[in-house]
Amino acid sequence: MNTRDIMKDGLWNQNIVFSQLLGMCPTMAVTTSGTNGLGMGLATTAVLICSNAIISSLRDFVSPQVRIPVFIVLIATLVTVVDMSLNAWMHDLYRVLGLYIALIVVNCAVLGRAESFASRSPVVASALDGLFMGLGFTAALTLIGLIRELIGSGTLFSQASLLLGAKFAFLETTVLPNYGGVLLMILPPGGFLVLGLLLATKRRLDRYAARNSAAAPAAIETAAAGCHL
Amino acid sequence: MSTLAAWRDRLSYQPLSLGIVALSTCAILVIANQMTRPKVIEAEQRDLQATLTEVLPAGFADNDLLKDKVNLTDPAGLPVTIYRARKAGTMQGAVFQTSARGYGGEILVLIGIDTDGKLLGARVIKHHETPGLGDKIEASKSKWIHDFEGKSLESPPAEKWAVKKDGGVFDQFAGATITPRGVVKAIKQGLMFYAAHRAEILAPDTTQGNAP
Repeated sequence: MNTRDIMKDGLWNQNIVFSQLLGMCPTMAVTTSGTNGLGMGLATTAVLICSNAIISSLRDFVSPQVRIPVFIVLIATLVTVVDMSLNAWMHDLYRVLGLYIALIVVNCAVLGRAESFASRSPVVASALDGLFMGLGFTAALTLIGLIRELIGSGTLFSQASLLLGAKFAFLETTVLPNYGGVLLMILPPGGFLVLGLLLATKRRLDRYAARNSAAAPAAIETAAAGCHL
Repeated sequence: MSTLAAWRDRLSYQPLSLGIVALSTCAILVIANQMTRPKVIEAEQRDLQATLTEVLPAGFADNDLLKDKVNLTDPAGLPVTIYRARKAGTMQGAVFQTSARGYGGEILVLIGIDTDGKLLGARVIKHHETPGLGDKIEASKSKWIHDFEGKSLESPPAEKWAVKKDGGVFDQFAGATITPRGVVKAIKQGLMFYAAHRAEILAPDTTQGNAP
């Protein structure tokens, strides 16, 4: 599998949220704002890269019969170490992200990638898969978060400077000042509504792209035929 | 690699490999915990220190509040740690945590009180209220919590310590009454606790070895 395919799969074709529908628990719980979605996505990406690389490098030593417990133990250890190190050395970031870190253990997407990719691929490819799967997850969570935040409270990326540092304060926009807010979008039903609509949009785009690529070779042939004539 | 493949299918290989993985991950966790523990404690102390000074006016105390504490038990039998603020050795007031039930669970409020029983400041430090409705009790989302500054059990009188809907003096939010009711109750209980234990809290000799 080449880098291009890994990238395409992670970001679009096999997107964790929009195609595999994995990791729904953090997706619904955390995406009340764009900033929260982004934070959860980035933390998950870091864990995915490391867990994929570690599991891939151990893949010859782990026998198929005990692979699942081994993967789970490794992922849980990794997440705990990340949690402790963030708490100790990046405490300000931990205060913002701390809530999400422990949730990553229960994100089945991490185990899913270990099982379906890292346990049968070389280390570099696995790390790349972790990176792009993570970025796809981040993009999905940020998008859902932004839509819910915009409709729910009329802002975009509120409190982004807490997560990314003061330099990113420019991201914080109030789109609709004096907006009453639609509480439904902040509460869990809003997450389901937005996810459902986005899933439908992605299916539609995929179908449209498939129809186009099926039509395209025919068009080229007629054009070529036109040249001959 | 072929010997490894042959080994891997043996029954004894599997428990052994699981055991090795479990042991080494445990070792990693122990090492990581050892390395981060002091830093984490330090950071948490700094957090607590920051919140403690937030409920007191600037320049109110010059001692290390974290080292000047009294431990008491509240009416429900739970331990309460009281941090005492002093300036040049004289007792100025105390900071402690109080709580009451809100809409989504326990609301924890940190309050600072001066020696006369007047509230210096209050901050909600933990809650599970509805985002967008009940979270206006956070200082970062609304000014509401500042309404409590300067209040005491005498002013307003005890029966006025309630939200306006219940005949009191404190505002409720549109769509959320239970949440502010919980905060008012928590703070009132805190003030009553302070009034009941004033002597114990302010007694200079109960300092645990850190008197200035």
